[in-house]
Amino acid sequence: MSKLGLLVNGEPRQLQAPATLSDLLVRLGLDPRMVVVELNREIIRRGRLGEVALRDGDQVELVHFVGGG
Amino acid sequence: MRLESGVMTDQLFDPPLVIGGHTFRSRLLLGTGKYRSNAEMVRSIEASGAEVVTVAVRRIDLDRTREEGMLYHLDPKRFFLLANTAGCYTADEAIRYARLAREAGFNEFIKLEVIGDQATLLPDVAGLLTATRTLVKEGFQVMAYSNDDLITALRLEEAGAAAVMPLASPIGSGLGLLNPYSIRTIKQRLRVPALVDAGVGTASDACVTMEQGVDGILMNTAIAEAQNAAAMAGAMRLAVEAGRLAYLAGRMPRREIAVPSSPTKGMVG
Repeated sequence: MSKLGLLVNGEPRQLQAPATLSDLLVRLGLDPRMVVVELNREIIRRGRLGEVALRDGDQVELVHFVGGG
Repeated sequence: MRLESGVMTDQLFDPPLVIGGHTFRSRLLLGTGKYRSNAEMVRSIEASGAEVVTVAVRRIDLDRTREEGMLYHLDPKRFFLLANTAGCYTADEAIRYARLAREAGFNEFIKLEVIGDQATLLPDVAGLLTATRTLVKEGFQVMAYSNDDLITALRLEEAGAAAVMPLASPIGSGLGLLNPYSIRTIKQRLRVPALVDAGVGTASDACVTMEQGVDGILMNTAIAEAQNAAAMAGAMRLAVEAGRLAYLAGRMPRREIAVPSSPTKGMVG
């Protein structure tokens, strides 16, 4: 079993291959309804998270709404 | 017209605030940043009567998520979540944040900020115009945070902004309305709504700002940093309403001389 080296929100993270973006969210304990996902600067629609396979070296941004003016 | 405070006024009709085809019931829009607690934020929003609340787009803290996510505290069915591009210094960055915000799936509105300077947080006009054009093409309803310059406001309207939001004074400064003439002129010249965003410090600032005729006010720090935030939110609600009503009522002319209010005839000899 190989491991994927990812950069998630700027932090290095490892994930067992093969894995999709959905797998990553599950692993991080995140509710996909509360998260917007960008993979290598491209937004991935919520409905596609389970289809998109992660590759070694991928950069993932996971964002949400916080307090702001 | 019946005001929220219960005051009835005859022969005055105030059409509702419409931005980008969407009708809003309150002219007071609230930011959700800098509150001492989420509970205090929610109490303040309720006291303010605001429908539109702004939120920022940020990375999830991977070790601690639950407490900072606004969706855990604000019901998106009850409030209109207006995402901002605060913290963005280029058009490209602001466009990226706007797209991320839209993907959250609530609406097509974006409070566009392109900041030009860290010390004053004043807007970068060129960046604002570029980002507005691109986002409008992509179907966004752009509410552009702008400086209080008429020509900038007109250019933003031409670029397709759904509303222009000139500042009263710098973000978080609480200095109040520094240039009433500018704000009044912008309001008079724009066809799209003009809302003041930033700078209000206390209720009197909100009232005098609304008296210029603007369509609404967006504020955050004046409430979040008040000693009692919810009480200030209630004061702001009344002040916005009072200022709006005074504007619609039409103020008396300013005079450089005194005019007696009591009869000059009939004085005892």
